[in-house]
Amino acid sequence: MFELIQKLFGREPQGSKNIAKERLRFVLVHDRVNVSPQYMEAIRDDMIKVISNYMDINENEMEINLTRSNTQVALVANIPVNRMKRNNLSGE
Amino acid sequence: MGEVIVITSGKGGVGKTTTTANLGTGIALQGKKVVLVDADIGLRNLDVVMGLENRIVYDLVDVTEGNCRLKQALIRDKRYETMYLLPAAQTRDKNAVNPEQMRQLCKELAAEFDYVLIDCPAGIEQGFKNAIAGADRAIIVTTPEVSAVRDADRIIGLLESEGKHNPQLIVNRIRPLMVKKGDMMDIDDIIEILAVDLLGIIPEDEYIVISTNRGEPAVTNSAALASLAYRNIVRRLMGENVPLMTFETNDSLWGKFKKVLGF
Repeated sequence: MFELIQKLFGREPQGSKNIAKERLRFVLVHDRVNVSPQYMEAIRDDMIKVISNYMDINENEMEINLTRSNTQVALVANIPVNRMKRNNLSGE
Repeated sequence: MGEVIVITSGKGGVGKTTTTANLGTGIALQGKKVVLVDADIGLRNLDVVMGLENRIVYDLVDVTEGNCRLKQALIRDKRYETMYLLPAAQTRDKNAVNPEQMRQLCKELAAEFDYVLIDCPAGIEQGFKNAIAGADRAIIVTTPEVSAVRDADRIIGLLESEGKHNPQLIVNRIRPLMVKKGDMMDIDDIIEILAVDLLGIIPEDEYIVISTNRGEPAVTNSAALASLAYRNIVRRLMGENVPLMTFETNDSLWGKFKKVLGF
C-alpha cells in the first residue's frame, strides 16, 4: 500500500543502479589490487620516510602487502622497530 | 601529420565497430581525410558495417607481410571519397602482426590522412596490444552495465601502463527511461567510477540496427537520436565545444504537473 502511494506521487523505491554501483566499486578495488612492483616500491619508500620521523625501523625485514578477503582489501605492513625516537614531538 | 585514434573497450559487443564506422563517416562528412583500420584480425566486421565487404582484395596482413603496397589494400568508401578502409585479414590470427609493424603502418597512414581510426578487437591480449601500439590517443567505449564498466577500468589501467594517458570515454546504449527510474547507471555514476574524461553519450537507438543491416553508418541520418549523438562526438573530437545531449523523458502532462509541484 505504501509503495502504491509512493508510486502515485512519483517517488519510486530506489532502482537497481545503486546495487550496480556498489558491486562495481567493490569489484574494482579487487581488480586494481594487481598493482605493479614499482607502485608497491613507491608506497614502501614513502612509508619508510614517514615512520622514520618517529622510530628507527629495520628496512630489510620490513614487509608490505595488499591482501584480499571476500569483503575487503587491506594493506598489511609488518615493520620491525629497532628503537623509538623519543623527542620527535618536541621538534628536535 | 594526422592523428591516430584507437577505439577500444575490453568487453566485446559494446559498440566499438559501430562507433568506429560512425566516427569515421562523421569525420568524412566534415570533409577531412580519414582511414578506418580494422585491427580485429580473424574476425573482421568493420567492412560489413561500412557496406564495403564486396570490395576487399588485399588486407592489413598483406600489407605488413609485403604482399602488396599499402595503397593497394585501401578501399575507398562508396559514398565519401575522403574515407578509406583498411580491412583485417579473415583467415589469419592476431599473431600474424606485431606491435612494431602496427606502429610503422600507423605512421605511414598518418602521413596521408587527417585521422586514422583503429577498431580494436575485444580482449586484452595480442590483438589489443597491436591495435594500441601506434595510437596517439584512445577512445574507450562502454555501456552502462557492470561488466562493461569493469572491463573499461581494466583497459584504462593497461593503456596507462603502455604510456597512453588520458583516454576519453563514450558511454553507449544509454536508455534514458531506465536511468530516470534508477535502474541504469547514469553518466555521472560511470565517470565517477572510472575517473576519465567523457567524450560523449549515445542513446540506445533502433536505427543503429537498421543502419547496420544496410551497411550505411547511422551518422548520415539527420533524424535519428544516435546519429546526432555521433555527430556531436565528431565535433568534440575535432576540438569544438559541444554541450552534452540531454534526454527529455518527462513529457507527459502528469510528469509536467509533478515537476511543477516539485516532486
